[in-house]
Amino acid sequence: MRKLLVANRGEIAVRVIRAARELGIGTVAVYSEADQDALHVKLADERVLIGPPAASRSYLNMDVIVTAAVDLGADAVHPGYGFLSERAEFAEKVAAARLTFVGPSAETIRLMGDKARARSAAEAAGVPTVPGSNGPVDGLAEALAEAEQAGYPVAVKAAAGGGGRGIRVVADAAELTEALPVARAEAQAAFGSGLVYIERFVPNARHIEVQVFGDGQNFVHLGERECSMQRRRQKVIEEAGAPGLPEDVRTAMTEAAVALAKVSGYSGAGTVEFLYDPARGEFYFIEMNTRIQVEHPVTEMVTGRDLVREQLTVASGAPLSFAQSDVEFRGHAIEVRLNAENPDFGFMPSPGAITSMRMPGGPFVRVDSGFGPGSEVSPFYDSLLAKIVVWADSRPAAVARMARTLDEVEIEGVVTTAGFLRRVTDVAEFREGRYHTTFLEDWIAGGAGK
Amino acid sequence: MSEHVVQSPLPGIFYTKPSPEQPPFVEVGSVVAADTVVGLVEVMKQFAEVKAGVNGTVKEIHAENEGVIGPGDRILTVEEG
Repeated sequence: MRKLLVANRGEIAVRVIRAARELGIGTVAVYSEADQDALHVKLADERVLIGPPAASRSYLNMDVIVTAAVDLGADAVHPGYGFLSERAEFAEKVAAARLTFVGPSAETIRLMGDKARARSAAEAAGVPTVPGSNGPVDGLAEALAEAEQAGYPVAVKAAAGGGGRGIRVVADAAELTEALPVARAEAQAAFGSGLVYIERFVPNARHIEVQVFGDGQNFVHLGERECSMQRRRQKVIEEAGAPGLPEDVRTAMTEAAVALAKVSGYSGAGTVEFLYDPARGEFYFIEMNTRIQVEHPVTEMVTGRDLVREQLTVASGAPLSFAQSDVEFRGHAIEVRLNAENPDFGFMPSPGAITSMRMPGGPFVRVDSGFGPGSEVSPFYDSLLAKIVVWADSRPAAVARMARTLDEVEIEGVVTTAGFLRRVTDVAEFREGRYHTTFLEDWIAGGAGK
Repeated sequence: MSEHVVQSPLPGIFYTKPSPEQPPFVEVGSVVAADTVVGLVEVMKQFAEVKAGVNGTVKEIHAENEGVIGPGDRILTVEEG
């Protein structure tokens, strides 16, 4: 690999460019008309304009990006996260142009992107999945039988739904009998299909994921991340490792993740997401993300390994640079996503020009951002301003360090979530590490976020 | 008859349809009520509905599908009544 085109923008494009430079690999940034002065464009060796601001006409335009890579003599493409990172067709187009795609094969991306096939792959690897009907239920008798098998409470989910929409939770058979026709009618009205399926509902569920890495022959994990602090299914705070997770569960979960990487002959960085039921002590496969994650820095902090550099060397054809026995975990890391949003107005996006920006510093503090003073936060892309990551030798020390760094943040020109995040660091449930995926929204709804 | 110009409340990308495969919310000649959704503005991956604001008939559509839009930009004109 001599020259890498980075098919992304913002902090992750900056992150990839930095890793490439450290390996002596040339870099090409792509940018839309809205990003002419963006940091990733300035840091790259070469740059190419790929279209107007709308992502559908620039960062999602596969043909323009592949053509740019070929024209500028790049021999590899890194997709980052979001945008084209999990589009199998893009990986195919990159390969068809005789370029290296930094990620798993198009076949693997397609497999893991298909809910039903991914679930089957997980089952084949012996990875537990959420008990349920595993497909639409026909009639009340079948629904009741499936619910009995899965164990109450169960969720009745619209087959055509997603993102948390079209879900009804029922506590017992009587409630299910009453809810089934209503759920069907609602699904029909909302999604154009009345098909519903049954799944065990996990109260107080936690979202815990495992970082895996493969080179097609060897497969390792780099521990778990706690990602339960969420708002509208968007992660807000992430930690490595998961507070209070029993050691036997951690072992079983990481082994399951590696088993899934193995059955798919995985190459590159991947994340296996699990739903964890703290009451039962059981975990279930949700999905596998076939790319680098936003929250990868917390794993880097506790393992001392550069995951993006490893992506580049593995994509170049080198074997994994470490074995499982080389992976050691030290201390605790926390990341917050600092967004240009107004917490006082329902987290309304706050685009605009950043007139001043003071980010935190000090020991074991890392800031990944695509912005600086004078940067324009455009309305066309996501609201992530910066990721602030801290490490400390214990979780309480890491929490204290995160609170301190948030006190140092001072940004003018756009409204940010810094004050909101700072208040979360004071909440007992966070400080004690006992929160779940709906905790933050309940806390905000209770007016405590102000 | 008076005319009402619907303006964009936010900066972002304007969409005339709920999704690429679906028909537009309204077309020239569509009869609208004050709370009829006439388009979407995407700002930082969040979608805000734009409503007609008055009862009437769509006379002209100014904003282009998937085009860049700023606060106060004209989206469409409704002939009231």
